[in-house]
Amino acid sequence: MKQLMLGNEAVARGLFEAGCGVVSSYPGTPSTEITEEAAKYDEIYCEWAPNEKVAMEVAIGASIGGKRSFCAMKHVGLNVAADPLFTASYTGVNAGFVIAVADDPGMHSSQNEQDSRHYAIASKVPMLEPSDSAECKAFAKRAYELSEQFDTPVILRLSTRIAHSQSLVETEPRTELPLKPYEKNPQKYVMMPGMAKKKHPVVEQRIKDLTEYAETCDLNVEIMGDTKIGIITNGPSFQYAREAMGDSASYLKLGMVHPLPVEKIRNFARKVETLYIIEELDDVIERHVKALGIPVHGKDTFPLIGEISQNMVREKLAGEVPDTTALSDDIPVRPPVMCAGCPHRGLFYTLSKNKVMVSGDIGCYTLGALAPLAAMDTTVCMGASISGLHGFNKARGEESESRSVAVIGDSTFMHSGMTGLANVAYNASNSTVIILDNSITGMTGHQQNPTTGYNIKGDPAAKISLEKVCEAMGIRRVQVVDPYDLKTCDRVLKEELAAKEPSVIISRRPCALLKYVKHNPPFTVVSDKCRGCKSCMKIGCPAISMKNGKAVVDQTLCVGCGLCSSLCAFDAFDKGGDKA
Amino acid sequence: MNQTKSIMIVGVGGQGTLLASRILGHAIIRQGFDVKVSEVHGMSQRGGSVVTYVRFGDRVDSPTVDLGQADVILSFEQLEAARYLPYLKKGGKLITNTQQIDPMPVITGAAVYPENLIEKMKDCGADVLALDALSLAEAAGSAKAINVVLIGVLSNFMDFDKDVWNASINECVPKKFLEVNQKAFDLGASYERG
Repeated sequence: MKQLMLGNEAVARGLFEAGCGVVSSYPGTPSTEITEEAAKYDEIYCEWAPNEKVAMEVAIGASIGGKRSFCAMKHVGLNVAADPLFTASYTGVNAGFVIAVADDPGMHSSQNEQDSRHYAIASKVPMLEPSDSAECKAFAKRAYELSEQFDTPVILRLSTRIAHSQSLVETEPRTELPLKPYEKNPQKYVMMPGMAKKKHPVVEQRIKDLTEYAETCDLNVEIMGDTKIGIITNGPSFQYAREAMGDSASYLKLGMVHPLPVEKIRNFARKVETLYIIEELDDVIERHVKALGIPVHGKDTFPLIGEISQNMVREKLAGEVPDTTALSDDIPVRPPVMCAGCPHRGLFYTLSKNKVMVSGDIGCYTLGALAPLAAMDTTVCMGASISGLHGFNKARGEESESRSVAVIGDSTFMHSGMTGLANVAYNASNSTVIILDNSITGMTGHQQNPTTGYNIKGDPAAKISLEKVCEAMGIRRVQVVDPYDLKTCDRVLKEELAAKEPSVIISRRPCALLKYVKHNPPFTVVSDKCRGCKSCMKIGCPAISMKNGKAVVDQTLCVGCGLCSSLCAFDAFDKGGDKA
Repeated sequence: MNQTKSIMIVGVGGQGTLLASRILGHAIIRQGFDVKVSEVHGMSQRGGSVVTYVRFGDRVDSPTVDLGQADVILSFEQLEAARYLPYLKKGGKLITNTQQIDPMPVITGAAVYPENLIEKMKDCGADVLALDALSLAEAAGSAKAINVVLIGVLSNFMDFDKDVWNASINECVPKKFLEVNQKAFDLGASYERG
């Protein structure tokens, strides 16, 4: 029987069936579930690596070692892993090596909207792009065949709508593969100039061979309907186009998005009257088709920004606009918020109160940028909080050093914060770095990391001490605070800002959503005592609201962290369970 | 032209919309249709507005529901019903829990929670069924069973066998919560059709 599977789950199933033996990844929405699902198969060794570069290098090593290997990441993760990718393109593989990269058109959960196809072009490796879960599985398996046939890494490109949509998948058994022999071969695996010069022409020939493959392979398929409109498309755009146009158009669906075929596109173009390219994000296919001298509509009709949809295709190509109903009222937005009891809240309240410049980073705590806490000045990429703060302070001098901090999560610190801290210590800025240690990788949905003491399977593992890492880097001032203890947070922040040397504050308390975290009974407001001063509203707790001028605590949301109570000058919050 | 049926499940992150879509997805497979279920994970789950698209038919193309396409919107919260109203097809059914959860801009006083939303949606011509699913869930034994109460209400608007729903609930709900959830489904299913 067919199973309903998330695109990511189907990729994991593809890895399993293809006999993949080693998986190493760093979590990142929308790619995370691939590795989580792969870890459920005992036949596959799976791990969370500290970052995407490490993950990819592990996978390259495993491939050279003779096992089919894999790593997954979100689009910005591929920036981190770009270095090994470009040279793995030269070394090629021993056993098959596949990389999944998940783009996020529409930026549902990302800091930018980059198009990963450019990496396939730049690193000269083939890229496949599925349009549903069945293809996620099939293309993952095909990627291994291509990897071994053409001696190349292969990238599987997903986007949010493919990774996070469930559709039907037929499962097949695993093909168990013997470990391939490893033979020392410096000409292939040692990329220094003498060897690399010989490999580059091989890479160029490989792309020519792969283009030949693209002309005839069944990954690129024609679906002929009415020939007035022809559509060349890929990934989720194929689904939107087909729903909107049905048989009233013809399609060339590209499952292999790099390298692109030439003759296949010319043939298709000859069969249709008007040719459109429907592709999300950049005009990659469009440029290729235009370079062939074929007249085509693409980004003159469809946007470079955000997602495409069936209505958009219907409107642009058939002139149909849907009939809709809407209220005239303004509907307030409902942005994501830090959860009730979130340990980051107390720390961000302290930063907000002290009006410091906050160099931010990527994680749940990026939500600290939103009102009412509004305690973040910058967020660029993983790890940039610490290095960015150092640069900010070098530019602005001593006065800035006593009024600015970097905030970074435990997982992000392991990912790429440590090198920034080494720079702070080595190049001596009196920067204050706050590590928000909630004992988990939070935003992506609770993955273990090197500081948590557990591995991907939940088994005990080596636990890296943040304090010792900081001390080893030469940071002499390291203090640990509990972010529920606002008084101590405030005192320690002031001390470390005043200190004339680099310092680290570790704000330590596990994520309130972790299963082992015990919650206190919910607080209630003693109506007579509440003066309606709204002091408790400054922390942006989703469990507290004002009703008829008095604070009210939502009993289903409150986890009894007590932060509101410690801010109340009138003792209006009654600790649950205390009543005699 | 396209016979695909579209259902949207909308609510607030943490309200249990994912279980509702899982039960619905399993029911659709048992009924023998092609199906796609699409949701966004990550940022939007931290108390933000959440939406799941469920589509089924002989062959489903797009995994998402677009404006004016939803045959049914199943809303866990009033404001979310109003937010996604433009997705309702003309003649479509809007089922909403009457619960109100203030979003952060309302909590901070930067915005106001609009009044009489259900009346206003009806005035727009929408076919609205509003019910207090929280009370029904509590009557079934758990406030958390709102999702299954609402699936019960939804079942009245879909031509699936009762066995199909029962089997899907059995498949998706942990054994220890089965009794509560079966009761919640029955309370929803026997709720008077609006």
